[in-house]
Amino acid sequence: MPLRFLSDDKDLSQAQWKLRTTREQWLIWLGWLFGVSLFLLCWKVISDNTMWVFVQDAPQQGADLISRMWPPDWAYANLLWKALWDTINIATLGTVLGIMMAFPCAFLAARNTTPHPILRSFALLIIVSSRSINSLIWAMLLVTIIGPGILAGILAIALRSIGFIGKLLYEAIEEIHPTPVEAITATGASRMQVMSYAVLPQVMPAFAGISIYRWDINIRESTVLGLVGAGGIGLQLNAAINSLAWDRVSIIFILIFATVVVSEYISAKVRKAFI
Amino acid sequence: MSTSNDRLNLAAQGQWRRLPLIQDWRYRWALISAVIIYLILAGLSIEVNWARVAEGASRGLEFISAFFQPDFTTRWRDIQQGLLESLTMTLTSTVIGIILAIPVGVGAARNIAPLPIYLFCRSIIAISRTFQEIIIAILFVAMFGFGPLAGMITLAFATVGFMAKLLAEDIEDIDERQVEAIRATGASWLQMMNYAVQPQVMPRLIGLSFYRLDINFRESAVIGIVGAGGIGATLNTALARYEYDTAAAVLLIIIGIVLMAEYLSSYIRKWVQ
Amino acid sequence: MLSVHQLTKCYATGDKALTNVSLEIPAGQVAALIGPSGAGKSTFIRCINRLVEPTSGKVFLGETELTKLNQRQLRRERRRMGMIFQEYALIDRLTVMENVLSGYLGYTGFWRSYFRRYPQDVVKKAFVLLERVGLEKFIDKRADALSGGQRQRVGIARALLQSPDILLVDEPTASLDPKTSRQIMRLIKELCIERKLAAIINIHDVQLAQLFADRIIGLRAGELVFDGLPDGLDADMLTRIYGEEDWNRSVQSDEESPESSKTKSNSHDIHSALKGTNV
Repeated sequence: MPLRFLSDDKDLSQAQWKLRTTREQWLIWLGWLFGVSLFLLCWKVISDNTMWVFVQDAPQQGADLISRMWPPDWAYANLLWKALWDTINIATLGTVLGIMMAFPCAFLAARNTTPHPILRSFALLIIVSSRSINSLIWAMLLVTIIGPGILAGILAIALRSIGFIGKLLYEAIEEIHPTPVEAITATGASRMQVMSYAVLPQVMPAFAGISIYRWDINIRESTVLGLVGAGGIGLQLNAAINSLAWDRVSIIFILIFATVVVSEYISAKVRKAFI
Repeated sequence: MSTSNDRLNLAAQGQWRRLPLIQDWRYRWALISAVIIYLILAGLSIEVNWARVAEGASRGLEFISAFFQPDFTTRWRDIQQGLLESLTMTLTSTVIGIILAIPVGVGAARNIAPLPIYLFCRSIIAISRTFQEIIIAILFVAMFGFGPLAGMITLAFATVGFMAKLLAEDIEDIDERQVEAIRATGASWLQMMNYAVQPQVMPRLIGLSFYRLDINFRESAVIGIVGAGGIGATLNTALARYEYDTAAAVLLIIIGIVLMAEYLSSYIRKWVQ
Repeated sequence: MLSVHQLTKCYATGDKALTNVSLEIPAGQVAALIGPSGAGKSTFIRCINRLVEPTSGKVFLGETELTKLNQRQLRRERRRMGMIFQEYALIDRLTVMENVLSGYLGYTGFWRSYFRRYPQDVVKKAFVLLERVGLEKFIDKRADALSGGQRQRVGIARALLQSPDILLVDEPTASLDPKTSRQIMRLIKELCIERKLAAIINIHDVQLAQLFADRIIGLRAGELVFDGLPDGLDADMLTRIYGEEDWNRSVQSDEESPESSKTKSNSHDIHSALKGTNV
């Protein structure tokens, strides 16, 4: 009711135009009030848990940090190639392993391909738990279980990728055209044949795109897994930080930056080729 | 692409093979062998301490069994404190991040921003997006000291990169005719933004904000590892003490909250659109 | 050949799509199923090969009672029923040859079909069928690169590779222009005669139905309201099937319209197309 009449006789010349009715306006005000007070409350919790003395000298600390980071210890880069190679392997092998596990999960989780509702909820449970837990947490768990090393990193990346690839893929499966599925079913094809002829060709481009995209993200994630002992360049990063060798930290940052940029470029190129 | 007569003749005699994905056989085999060589090299670089893995197997079982009897009570105070920090960090960082992301996003849209501003905003986005949240958290912890403030700033910074990039892309994709129509009425730049641009990008922006809220919560669970507060610190301590039942409780709480957030955000996105 | 007894379908939403439909199709007969949208034509066809499970009633194909088969037996029997679809239902990203060969899936194992290792005589047969529909030059083209009429021909070839006894055809012309529609209908009709196939063709175009079918079946709101020869379909009957409308005038004006005379002058085109030489 955007038009409001000032008097009862509905004289159009006296009418006022307003975007919202009074009731809506009140609700919106209340909403804002609630939101702002919630924000302030949260802010207070954070501020109570902060040592403001440390914060006051943050600009000096920052300046100090930068001065210690520059110039980077270029020579140190030569000791990093092995770590970088490990990092890339963790991301790639982890992605491959993740894809292999995510693929059946997605088919079990998609409403139109799942053999049974119970299997579907089981697959969804796997996907949700894998997605909720960051790869770094997965790495932490795996390091305590199977010990530090690249293997823990690969498994962590794989476990995290299941949820991501699985979710996007099962959504893609649910969006396929149903008529080819009907047509292949009508030829007397078995369930698996329907999957391989009617479903798979339809989701293949999406699947390739999703996998490459996840690989790109995994490169980024695998750079930090070493912080909890799961191999890769993060191990060196952790060592450099613990020994306060900030000029080494900065060279590691530069390497990470370059790797991520390159992987992003490759991923974008490949994805474009698929579309 | 027309089929060669050879292939047609063969097909007529019942000889037919699927066309390979890569037509040139030399290129095809080069690619296949490159992949195999890479996999072998990468596989060899994994050094596995099998004794350690075997030892870990029992611990793994212990951990899985902990999931069936998680211990919420023993460390409840720690969990509660960590959770409160995580949640507050998530909310404040998302709000601050989005508020900052709007000008950066507008500046990074090529169709409305002048070139110097465009380049500046794009480089902010690039830096924020390339580095993992953890790496940024390390720097901010060094600057601001331990605690949730560093975590909040980290997440806000990551939010800026994420939201600004998507916002900029959205603005670049808007319907130019609507902008022209508003401009034709003699509207100022701000009025144009308000009438022609904002209505087009707003629904997606709100949807993305809730999506980011969800991501920020998940991230807030890890930046605690480097001392930036939140439930990640609790989890880290629990694992370091081999208290698997407490760790399982923390993980279950995280999964529960993420599920709830996802459900809520899909509901809100539906309602907005 | 095919007999349907008291077929009824209620959807889970409570909508009754078919009510006690009974009919028999003898071998080699081409029957057109007409009726307004939502009359249950598509449901009827899908209840026969059980893409849609009927609520009650029986369907016999020859001696076999389709409605009581388990999944495995049903798959075997589905091979005897070729199906042709309105939107062609091809797999866009596969080639024409792969699409046609998919008609053989019911006869082959998973891994053979996955690696596309089809027996030589099957490939030969597929090629002959493609020649018959005039598409042998296109075997390596992707299905989404073809025009509507060409795609429907691929769909027909796929259905025939099953070596079916009966064709279930669902609105084969709904997405095609008038000329291609007639070509496709004529092709289906000719193939049915050549191979002595029975067919049930869902079609909303009454004129095409009268032109190409041996028998017309009219459905209205899920009930059988007409079953007879094409000649028996007069204005009264059309009113019973579709509801009130001045049928005579529209039929007359259609016959005299310049468009239909143009189709006649184009009949030379149609003939050459049917021999599979053009398009």
